Amino acid sequence: MTTPEETQVSAVISLLVENESGVLARVIGLFSGRGYNIESLTVAPVEDLRHRSRINIVTSGTQMVIDQIKAQLSRLVPVYRVVNLTEAGPHVAREMALVKVVSTGEHRTEALRIAEAFRARAVDTTAQSFVFELTGATEKLDSFIDLMRPLGLVEVSRTGVAAIARGPQTI
Amino acid sequence: MNATNPIATDATRTLEHNGSQDHHVLSGAEVLLRVLEDEGVEVVFGYPGGAVLPIYDALFKRDKIRHILVRHEQAAVHAAEAYARSTGKTGVVLVTSGPGATNAVTGLVDALMDSIPVVCFAGQVPVPLIGNDAFQEADTTGITRPATKHNYLVRRPADLAATVREAFLIARTGRPGPVLVDLPKNITAGEAPYTSGQAPLHRSYRPQVEPDRAAVRRAVEAMKQARRPLFYTGGGIINSGPQASDALRRLAGMTGFPVTSTLMGLGAFPTTDRQFLGMLGMHGTYEANLATHGCDVLIALGSRFDDRVTGRVDAFSPDSFKIHADIDPSQINKIIRVDVPVVGDVGRTIAMMIEEWNADDSRPEAEDLRHWWAQIDGWRGLDSLGFTQDTAPSAIIRPQHAVRRLYEMAMATGRDTFVSTEVGQHQMWAAQHFQFDKPNRWLTSGGLGTMGYGLPAAVGAQVANPDALVIDIAGEASTLMNIQELGTIAQYRLPVKIFILNNQYMGMVRQWQELLHGSRYSESYSSALPDFVKLAESFHAKGLRATNMGELDGVIAEMLAHEGAVLADICVAQGENCYPMIPSGAAHNQMILGPEQDGKPAEITGAGRMLV
Ligand SMILES: Cc1cc2nc3c(=O)[nH]c(=O)nc-3n(C[C@H](O)[C@H](O)[C@H](O)COP(=O)(O)OP(=O)(O)OC[C@H]3O[C@@H](n4cnc5c(N)ncnc54)[C@H](O)[C@@H]3O)c2cc1C
Ligand SMILES: Cc1ncc(C[n+]2csc(CCOP(=O)(O)OP(=O)(O)O)c2C)c(N)n1
Ligand SMILES: [Mg+2]
Repeated sequence: MTTPEETQVSAVISLLVENESGVLARVIGLFSGRGYNIESLTVAPVEDLRHRSRINIVTSGTQMVIDQIKAQLSRLVPVYRVVNLTEAGPHVAREMALVKVVSTGEHRTEALRIAEAFRARAVDTTAQSFVFELTGATEKLDSFIDLMRPLGLVEVSRTGVAAIARGPQTI
Repeated sequence: MNATNPIATDATRTLEHNGSQDHHVLSGAEVLLRVLEDEGVEVVFGYPGGAVLPIYDALFKRDKIRHILVRHEQAAVHAAEAYARSTGKTGVVLVTSGPGATNAVTGLVDALMDSIPVVCFAGQVPVPLIGNDAFQEADTTGITRPATKHNYLVRRPADLAATVREAFLIARTGRPGPVLVDLPKNITAGEAPYTSGQAPLHRSYRPQVEPDRAAVRRAVEAMKQARRPLFYTGGGIINSGPQASDALRRLAGMTGFPVTSTLMGLGAFPTTDRQFLGMLGMHGTYEANLATHGCDVLIALGSRFDDRVTGRVDAFSPDSFKIHADIDPSQINKIIRVDVPVVGDVGRTIAMMIEEWNADDSRPEAEDLRHWWAQIDGWRGLDSLGFTQDTAPSAIIRPQHAVRRLYEMAMATGRDTFVSTEVGQHQMWAAQHFQFDKPNRWLTSGGLGTMGYGLPAAVGAQVANPDALVIDIAGEASTLMNIQELGTIAQYRLPVKIFILNNQYMGMVRQWQELLHGSRYSESYSSALPDFVKLAESFHAKGLRATNMGELDGVIAEMLAHEGAVLADICVAQGENCYPMIPSGAAHNQMILGPEQDGKPAEITGAGRMLV
């Protein structure tokens, strides 16, 4: 039996950080040093002058651990804001995948058909291969990749999740 | 200049040519020293080397700041920690690149764990050489990232002054801690602007100092309805400053609640006060631990529910309403779920608690408090720290007795007394049997538990408090870990008193082996010990030895009376264990008591053995 204290939850955490050298190492070091999970991580500058970057982290743990992650991240000197989007309310979380499928004949047609259904774009096409570009929720990408597996899937490159709250409020 | 000598930059040339005429042209090293002066720095603990030569040269020319030459960089950090802890100022360290910086790492982690404000300057190879495996290059900011509160690599001369100023700000504000500034040699040797009044580099750094009034009000409401309240005070009160200790004394006085303290908080509340129950935790007193277990309102003030304190987490203070005042939000609900968190400076929190306490007349039922105190006094009656010392002159000295006599005789001198310790049983006996009625007098390595802390800490405390009595209560094994500091003590004629409780064992290890590993004393015997008396003498100090009760008082008296440094080798009972003890993984009401308290043999579970 697991008590509510032990139930694992997943969380999308967004941070606004000073765009300076070492800041990503501080964030990642905190996760590895304290034994927290990172399921995905994205980072890019988000301001005109590139002074600040946004880091999005998908993580999981007990509620106590998730709260700790947020508090520990907030402690880092170059961190401006930390928001647990999962907790803060409805949010949009998207990632992009590039999926390479090598096949011919029936498999190739089937791959193309599924890609259309998922609204994936073929961004590279050769006689034997496709590279599909697909954007969406993590689960959508997962099922697309699952479906491509028997159809000649050879390589996947994913960006990890970028996330933002719905509605007018900002980080 | 050619490319093979990247140290001699254009800036140095400018300096050589018109440095004396043009007062605005300063080297980075000179800028560094000026900013240190602006920050009120009086003492730097350090050790030179190639990468910091420009700084040492500037120190030589401008003697406003005192430099204490230690004998090992780890000791520089511990000395700076004790300097900081005993004065409330920030400790400053200067080390060279590579091995100088790596030697400092243990000290930095020690300061991090114990929330001590220290700024450490490390030399680094010139910026153009970074990443080339240059001579004495180490990735110092990489290595020290998890060892510091924050660290910097100064890459541009324009950033130097602002970085140094911010380093001090970050070290001393919020939850204090160590900050490292890595200084490439071309930055210190080259020209740099001396600037002030700039915006801080990190606008993101904003510690929460002011507590939330509503939270304090909720806390005080609970305190007013308490039947079995307890203050659990910690090092945060010392961090906050003497006014926080004063406020605590007032709050305790007006509420009449009992007070227990962590190892790090000793002295924030007078340990000789009747309301003080002694330290809690693994080697805490019976009454402090049972009160923690049985209280109905637990008020944690600047303490962090460390595992030495909580024991088995799910059995920690099971029935209490918990209030937690801490400046670091990440400490809230980290280990123990609390009912009312109060984030902010604990001195201000206590002051606000006093206001709220006085805001109306409601008080806990006097009868409840009387009953609670009666229960506590009952536990006290066990005298869990009690021991019997055979007083025959030939009797073996018990370490507890040695500490008690040291305390009594030190008090009799009437001098302001600072005590540092090493790590082990002697540290716990010092915590249990020495008394501290003022804050900032107790210097110990709590969080990291660093053997080798005590001797350099005594150096730092004595440098900071030249007229005070500074005693290092030590173990023989720990002392050897930074024994080279006897050289520093000699050079600066520091009159520190090193009081070694020599049990010829790594006693704390031996105790665990006895209790947990079937008395198999694997590698815990201190063999091949030096003759400490001769060792002291070879470092120009006085060496003394007491081998039995007949000699103890005389040795202590002679040590205290001597004007210079003394090392007293106190040969104590070898098999003594430190009690009470809550074995790892046990609850507070499962304490092991000493033989004098009819202690039963320990029952330690397999799971407990896995813990440290
Ligand atoms: C051999 C050995 C045995 C030990 N046995 C025991 C034992 O039996 N009992 C015991 O208590 N300890 C023991 N310790 C020490 C233990 O490991 C911890 O170091 C100690 O318990 C921590 O003390 P603390 O909770 O006061 O926190 P500290 O480490 O002193 O931390 C201070 C806390 O206060 C907060 N703070 C800092 N500044 C402020 C401010 N201005 N305002 C508000 N909050 C602030 C910080 O965020 C932090 O949470 C032992 C250590 C060793 C080496
Ligand atoms: C640097 C370091 N290494 C190892 C330990 C583990 N340890 C804790 S106490 C202790 C024994 C200390 O012996 P001594 O200084 O003689 O003190 P005693 O316990 O005998 O009083 C050891 C080895 C430590 N705390 N620090
Ligand atoms: Mg020993």
